[in-house]
This record gives sequence, structure tokens and C-alpha cells, in this order.
Amino acid sequence: MCEVGEDYRESAPGGPPLTRPGREQKCVKCKEGPPVVVIRAGDAFCRDCFKVFYVHKFRAMLGKNRLIFPGEKVLLAWSGGPSSSSMVWQVLEGLSRDSAKRLRFVPGVIYVDGAVVVALTARVRLFCKVVIPHFPEGAACGRSPEDRARTLVEVEQVLQRVGFPSHVIALEEVFGLPPSVLRCFAQEPESVGTEGAYKAAVDSFLQQQCVLGAAGEEPWSQPRPQGPQSLAGPPTAVQTEALSGLFDSVKTLTAKEELLQTLRTHLILHVARTHGYSKVMAGDSCTRLAVKLMTSLALGRGAFLAWDTGFSDERHGDVVVVRPMREHTLKEVAFYNRLFAVPSVFTPAVDTKAPEKASIHRLMEAFLLRLQAQFPSTVSTVYRTSEKLVKAPRDGCAASPPGPRCLLCLCTLDVDSADSATAFGAQTSSHLCQMQAPGPQAEAGTPTTLCCCPGLGGAQGCCAREDPRARVVGQLCYGCRVNARDLPSLDSLPPYILAEAQLRSQRAGGEQEIQAYLLGDRDDEALPGGS
Amino acid sequence: MGRWRRKSMGVSCELGFLNMAAPLSVEVEFGGGAELLFDGVKKHQVTLPGQEEPCKALGARNHLDLTLICSVPSSPGDIRNLLVWIKKNLLKERPELFIQGDSVRPGILVLINDADWELLGELDYQLQDQDSILFISTLHGG
Repeated sequence: MCEVGEDYRESAPGGPPLTRPGREQKCVKCKEGPPVVVIRAGDAFCRDCFKVFYVHKFRAMLGKNRLIFPGEKVLLAWSGGPSSSSMVWQVLEGLSRDSAKRLRFVPGVIYVDGAVVVALTARVRLFCKVVIPHFPEGAACGRSPEDRARTLVEVEQVLQRVGFPSHVIALEEVFGLPPSVLRCFAQEPESVGTEGAYKAAVDSFLQQQCVLGAAGEEPWSQPRPQGPQSLAGPPTAVQTEALSGLFDSVKTLTAKEELLQTLRTHLILHVARTHGYSKVMAGDSCTRLAVKLMTSLALGRGAFLAWDTGFSDERHGDVVVVRPMREHTLKEVAFYNRLFAVPSVFTPAVDTKAPEKASIHRLMEAFLLRLQAQFPSTVSTVYRTSEKLVKAPRDGCAASPPGPRCLLCLCTLDVDSADSATAFGAQTSSHLCQMQAPGPQAEAGTPTTLCCCPGLGGAQGCCAREDPRARVVGQLCYGCRVNARDLPSLDSLPPYILAEAQLRSQRAGGEQEIQAYLLGDRDDEALPGGS
Repeated sequence: MGRWRRKSMGVSCELGFLNMAAPLSVEVEFGGGAELLFDGVKKHQVTLPGQEEPCKALGARNHLDLTLICSVPSSPGDIRNLLVWIKKNLLKERPELFIQGDSVRPGILVLINDADWELLGELDYQLQDQDSILFISTLHGG
């Protein structure tokens, strides 16, 4: 099937004969209505059966996993795109009084406005002639800041219609984030979703509802803020300039997309923590997750597939990211949005109108979709693989201290510094011999010319000067390190990242010093208090 | 548009030819970001040309020429031709982002009168007057 040079555009001779259902066929479910959409390989559904099927999938995904407790505050990450809009709409309908089994959590919506980044990329690519939002000072391609404002107006309109408390945040606000965003806070033991705990929570919630009586109002309408809230005022020109500078310096589109994703995640995380949301719902659909799985493998994030593509992502500790749309294909989402008039706002992304080979993400998407056209079970096969991924079991999670975490993606580091057998290990060990850069595990604070540990693990550098870049890179996982290579200067990163990197390396350096004292066999070395 | 079955010398063949009276008028709509390739305009009222359209496969100008017509794979009023027309007349830039070969790029959905085109024969669906064709891009970033 996968041969070099084979052109997937032509019909594959070995492909299974696809039986296309015709209009004369009736809906496979109710056998009565005229079919309007074909799901999977050959099931034609009529409009009403399709709606029931779609809604049921959403509710079943939430109900099966039992992670969202009644009364819990959940933040819906809305990008304006079809699947997150569909998700928001499903939550809206699910919370309404008429539904048989109401959803019971308290929602809020967040929208992150990344228009600046899109405008910059478009300008650099010199393709822009059409409607793409531009950053405020720029008149680079004809259209003015009106586009950004127009998109925001549309966003506001949709948020008004939805009616949940909403937060519209500009991406520039990453420059105002505190370093605590990058820390993982331990989860409280009682919020771990065991069967008994969930049932008990539901029962007590229902009892409360009975006590309050039938006249209970929607929980989110209770003290509802007047308009959309934001962390600070509108972004300042300095912040916009800094953000454009940061993305301007990134060399490849792949790294840009990854960086955008990372910054967006941090922003959403911060808002969730600030406003007391314990869950974030992301609108990743089945198709997107299949593409993400393959892309993550290509980017070197294979160790974290279970977190990146699973239903729940608990890497942040106190805030859990859930993906209730993960079983809906984009085709189903698009049809549902069209047939049932779900509002969405199209905002161009960094890779809009990019050629197919512009980034790994685009390439993977094109590959999978093209394969899907010939073999309709491709996406679902990849998706089912992601369902089977198991997160590495934590042995005695309370007892043993958690390992160090990546500075950007906040996953437990997958880098084994003592590994000399792999190419990666050899590459990192070669850094130790270089004059400029100390080893990747360079700890701060001991600018002596002595090599304390000349071995591969946790070695000090040979040079007197410590390299801030190496300090940051040393705290990244493999995938993030590869991305960081496309960022020539790490100084343009938002300050909270650099501050946290500094803090972590100081703490590690301090711990090492204490270790040295405890071991007691280093009395003859001069250890200046350099941390 | 009329479709006639004729038996000629014991051989029956299906003819497709446009009604001499009126060309087809359909509404073409773009969504999901596909409109970016069309100057941002979402809805287009398209009038496909009528009887002047020559037979695509063989170059015959006369549709009543029976011996030639029977082997024609596409008639002027189907989706395949609509795509060709769109590429020639509506698509402002980057045709490879919309069309691949003689079909749409994988990832672009086609709805004909709010129904899946897979139910209607995909590229071979014969357009009727006042049909509504919707192209939705499900690709990331449109």
C-alpha cells in the first residue's frame, strides 16, 4: 500500500470496492426518511437520525468517562472553528431544561485572538490579497485593523448568543503571564474520578437540586459578568510588537504552529486557574486527532501521545483538559453545523493557504485525507490506535516525587541524559566538549573552571560562562528541543518562560549544592555561593 | 435539460444534451475557509452556458450525432464540468488548494441541496436548475 512513487490520486487497484449508497436508499436507522449524509463507509442517515446519533455520541463520551462532576466549572476552549463551535453548541443544548438528562456542570467560554500571528505569517509569505486580519500598525497588504475588529465583533455576537460567561483574550497577553503557569499543581485526591466518588457526587447534587426546588436557575446565570472579561485591557503596541518579533524569528512553519499551540495552551490554563475552572474542554475532532497523532510522532513527541490525543490530559495537575468531540469526524461536524445552523467564525490560521509541504502538520493532513479518500477507514483506524495508548503508570504517585517536567509542554521529561547509546545521547555529549556551550543539563551557580562531574549525566560545563540558551533547552523534552532549534534566539520568548527556566535551574543548582554538603566528601572544593 | 433514450438500429444509448431553451442557473456557496480562494465571497450565482458548449470528449458540435455521443463520459451539466467552470471563472488563486485532478481536494466536502454528494453520484450528478452546491473546507486553516 505505501510505496514510494505511488500516486494516491489515482484509484488504488488494490482498494476495496466502495459501495456508494444512492438516494433511493432509505436511512439505515429508521428506514423511512430520505438520507442526507453518509457516515463511515456506507451508512446513510436521515436528518433526524443523524442529529440523534451526533448528540448521543457527545453525551456518551462525557458519560462514559465520568470525569466531569456535577456543579464543576468547565472552560470551553473555543477557536471559532467548526468542531469547537459544535462543542459549545452541544453544551448549550445539553444544559437546557428540555433535554432529558441535563448536563450538570457550569460552563464558561474562552476565545484566544491570535490574529497578529496570522497577519505576520501572511505578510512573510507574500500571498495575501484577501481577507486576513492584520496587526494594528500594519498596512502591509491592503487591509487595515478593521479585519481584526470585524472578526472580534462576530465573535462577540456568537458569544452573546451562547450566553455563557466568556473571556476574549488576545494572544499578546502571554507577555503578562506569571511563571507559575508552568508549574504543575498536584491534584486533590478526592477529585480523582473513581466510580463511587462520581456516583456519590451525582446523588448529592440531585438532592441539592430537589431542596432548591424546581425554580432553580441556571447556575451560570448567577452572578454573570456583564460583558466578556479579559485579563487586562486591549493589547499594547509593545506587546504586539514583541509577539510579532517572536513569530518573525521562528524559521519554520512547523515550529510556529507548535509555538502558537503552546502559548495558547498556557494562556487558557492561566485563565482557567484564575477563574477557578477545574476542567477545560477542547474541541479536537476525530480527524484532527488522527492528524495530530501522526504529526506528534513525526515531531518526536511519541512519548506523550496518550496525553496529546487521549480523552483526558492531566499533565497540569489541577486543570484537566478533556476532549469530548474526539469521536466526531470533521465531516459529521460540518454537516451538523450546516443542517442545524450552528454559528461559527472562520479565522485564518498560520497555515491558511500554505502549500502542502509547508509544514509537517499540513503534510500529515494531506497524507491522511488523501489516504482516507481511497480507504475510508483510515482515520478511524488511526483514532482507534490512539484509544489504545496507555499512560505510563505512576508507581506510587504520592510517594515518589514526580520527575522533572518540560518547560513548554509540561510533560514529564522523556530525555535520559545518561543515555550514550542513542544518537541523541551522542549529540548531547558532544556539547560537553565545546567551549561555548556547557552540557545540556547545565546547572546554574558554579562558574568554576573545575569539572565537577565529567561524566555524561548532569555534567557541568568546562567554560566559565554559563549559556542561558543551554539552560532553557536543557529543561525541554525532545520534541520541544527540536522545535527550539528553529528559534534562533530564545530571548524573544515571553518573560515568564525565561523566568521559570532560571528559577528551575537555580533550584536544581541549589539542590546539588545541598547534596554535596550532605555527601560530605567535597570539603576541599571551593564552592562559591553562586546560586 | 432533457435526457432521451433512443433506440437506433437495435442499440440503445443514453444521450445527454442541454435544453435548447435556457442555460442552468445554480447557486454555488463556499464555507469553512474555502471562500478565501474566491476573494472572500461566499455565495455565487452561477449560470452555466447552454447549448454552445461542445461535447467535451470528442469535440463534436452537434449533440444529435448518435454514433458519437454514446461514448461520452461526462455531459455538460454535471459536477465535473461545474468544477472546470469554477476553476476557469471563479477561482482567483491557488487552484491546487481547491481542485485535485478532476475532483475536489480531499478534505473539501460537497453538499448538493444540503445532502451529501456521495448519495447523488458525486461528480456524475447532473445539475438541475436552481440547485444549490455548497463546498465546505474541513482542512485546518481552510
